[in-house]
Amino acid sequence: MRLPQYNTALCADDFIAFFEKRVAHTIRKYGLLRGKDKSLVAVSGGKDSLSLWHVVNKLGFPADGIYIDLGIDRYSEVSFRKAAMMADRLQRRLYSFSLSEIFSSGVSDLARITKRPACSLCGTIKRYVMNRACTGCGYSVLATGHNLDDEASALLGNILHWKEEYLWKKAVVLEAEGGSLAKKVKPFFLCSEKETAAYALVNHIDYVYEECPYSKGAKTLLYKDLLNRIEDVSPATKIAFVKGYLKRAREEGAKEQAEKGKASCRECGYPSHGERCNFCRLVERFGTGSAVRFRTHEPHPS
Amino acid sequence: MDRRITVARLLERFSLSKEAHLVTANGTLVTEDRMLERDDAVRIIRVISGG
Repeated sequence: MRLPQYNTALCADDFIAFFEKRVAHTIRKYGLLRGKDKSLVAVSGGKDSLSLWHVVNKLGFPADGIYIDLGIDRYSEVSFRKAAMMADRLQRRLYSFSLSEIFSSGVSDLARITKRPACSLCGTIKRYVMNRACTGCGYSVLATGHNLDDEASALLGNILHWKEEYLWKKAVVLEAEGGSLAKKVKPFFLCSEKETAAYALVNHIDYVYEECPYSKGAKTLLYKDLLNRIEDVSPATKIAFVKGYLKRAREEGAKEQAEKGKASCRECGYPSHGERCNFCRLVERFGTGSAVRFRTHEPHPS
Repeated sequence: MDRRITVARLLERFSLSKEAHLVTANGTLVTEDRMLERDDAVRIIRVISGG
C-alpha cells in the first residue's frame, strides 16, 4: 500500500500496524476513549464503521455496536447482515433500531410525507437515535466512522457556500452535555477513506460495497472527487486542510458556544431550537405512538 | 486484459483517481507500480462513499 501523504509504502502487515498506531495516537492525543469508558460504535455495515469497530476493540477499548435500520429494502438487509457478522467476529453485542417500528414506513416514504430530502431526514434520525442508544443503554461514548475525506468534503462544502452556522462545528470530539448528549468521537478523523478501505480489505472485513441508493447525486461525492483529484497531484493536501481547520476551530467553536444559549426538548431533553426537538416533532406528527426501543443481538459463540 | 499494464496506467486509462480507488490482483491488494499480467484477475474498488 502506497501512502504518498506519508512518503511511504508498506506491506499488508506493516500497513495494519501503521494504521492502528495512527488511530491509537488520535485517540490518545484528543482524549477520545479511555479504558474505563463504556463505548458504542455506530455501525452501518460499511467499511468505515466496521473497520472502526474492529480497530477500537483490537486496541483494547471494548465497544458494542448500534445499527439503524432505515427500511431501505435490500440495502438495509445486507447492511445489517454485515454488521451482525462483525458482531459475531468481535463477540460483541449489537443493538438495532428499526425506523418502521416508530413510523410504519422506511426513510423514503417518510421523506415523501414530510417533503424533506431523504438524506437530510436520515441524518436527523441517525444522530438522534445513536445518541439515544448511547445515553439510554448506559454507554458513555459514541464513536462514529467519519474519516478524513468526510470531514474535508463537508468543510469544503461549508466554505464554498459560506454556511457559517455549521463552519466551526466539526470536531474530533464533542464532549457530553448534561445527561442528554453523549460524548461523541471520531477516531478516523485523520485517516483517509482509501486507508480505511485498505484496512478493511487486508483484515478480510466483509462490508457493503454498494452505495446507499439515496446517495446518488449527493454533493459530498462531488467534493470528495475534487479533493481526491487535488490529492493525486499534491499528496497530503486533505490532511493539511483538516488539520489547519482543527487548529482554528478550537478557538472559534469555543467563542460560538459561549455566545449561544442552550435549549432542550421538553419531551426527551435532546438539544433543540424550540420546545421540541426535530425527532420528537416527527414522532408527534407521523409516529405510531411506539416508544424508541432497541433490539439486542448477542453474538453467536465463535 | 490484452497486454501487461501497470496499475497506475490502468487507472489512468479509465480516468480514475488513485486516491479514490484500490486495486487487487488475484485477491491481493497491489500498489500502483505493480505490473498486471494478462491472466491476472483484477478488481478495481471505488472507496468513496457519500450521502
